[in-house]
Amino acid sequence: MPDWNMLTLVGADRPGIVSRVTRALYTCGCNLGEASMIRLGGNFTIMLMVSGERPCEELLAALHPVAEELGLRVHLDPVPGGLHRHLVPNLQVRVFGADRAGIVADVTEILAEQGFNILELESDVAGDAQHPVYIMNIQGYCEHTIEALETALSALSNRGVSVDVAPVDVLIG
Amino acid sequence: MAILDILKLPDPRLKQVSEPVERFDDDLRGFVADLEETRLAGPAAVGIAAPQVGRFQRIVIVDVSGRPKTPNHGHLILVNPEIVHWEGYAIGREGCLSVPDYTGNVIRATGIRLKAQDLDGRESEYVMEGYEARAVQHEMDHLDGLLFVDRVVSRRTDLYRRKVYQT
Repeated sequence: MPDWNMLTLVGADRPGIVSRVTRALYTCGCNLGEASMIRLGGNFTIMLMVSGERPCEELLAALHPVAEELGLRVHLDPVPGGLHRHLVPNLQVRVFGADRAGIVADVTEILAEQGFNILELESDVAGDAQHPVYIMNIQGYCEHTIEALETALSALSNRGVSVDVAPVDVLIG
Repeated sequence: MAILDILKLPDPRLKQVSEPVERFDDDLRGFVADLEETRLAGPAAVGIAAPQVGRFQRIVIVDVSGRPKTPNHGHLILVNPEIVHWEGYAIGREGCLSVPDYTGNVIRATGIRLKAQDLDGRESEYVMEGYEARAVQHEMDHLDGLLFVDRVVSRRTDLYRRKVYQT
């Protein structure tokens, strides 16, 4: 029996989405776990762990009026896995280049071949409409050296993509 | 010597501002020995501050000498430390013995000049950079009731937020 649900909500951004959604979940008796909420291209996106003690139907029913009013699309999946399962990244890969299809696939395929486990990936399209620039920041864990990763990624620089690999030093104090 | 209990979030005592050390005596030396034993007993911490074990005096221990290629001053016991100059800024990921199971990105000065006393009250000045400077800033925050979670930034929005330091 999974102990969590993964709740996904997407809708046009406007003030008040987080407060309305989380209030509805609290009123329904839910606990919240880890969450990622961010604005992407004018949409507000939420991925949120919700404690799985309530049946999915009950959660969806509780969210329905809020989703209807705010124009949010809602998706709910029971998922295994709880809290306190953080993996700490040891490497950061920063990528930028003229925007073209396939940059993410090119970079991440090479990383996957090196056994690089992606823990976080953020990307943006900057520049302007005529000259878009793709910027991506990946953090993850890999047992290979920075030099090995740089060598593996060097083919990309010949294709106009700048890739930089740096350590993520976690200071514990 | 003894391994002391580490205060953990959300213990309100972690927000307390610590007092300067005025007596450099055997009690202080005994406490610092216990503090060091406590640091070494847990996860691989490069520093620890007295308030983390419930003693609200301005004492920190920092030792980044175990990291290869990291400029450092060795094992430091800093009593009444004071940063007198800051420069540069960088984001780095930090965790804390008082905040288990969480790491976050924090902006810190990349170079500092520091005055501090030792266990006998003698004053020294240090010029520090990089990881050691970050460790000292992290530990000294504890003396003012600040945790790294008070300073966590988002890479997405805070990467270029410049912190204004007084010189």
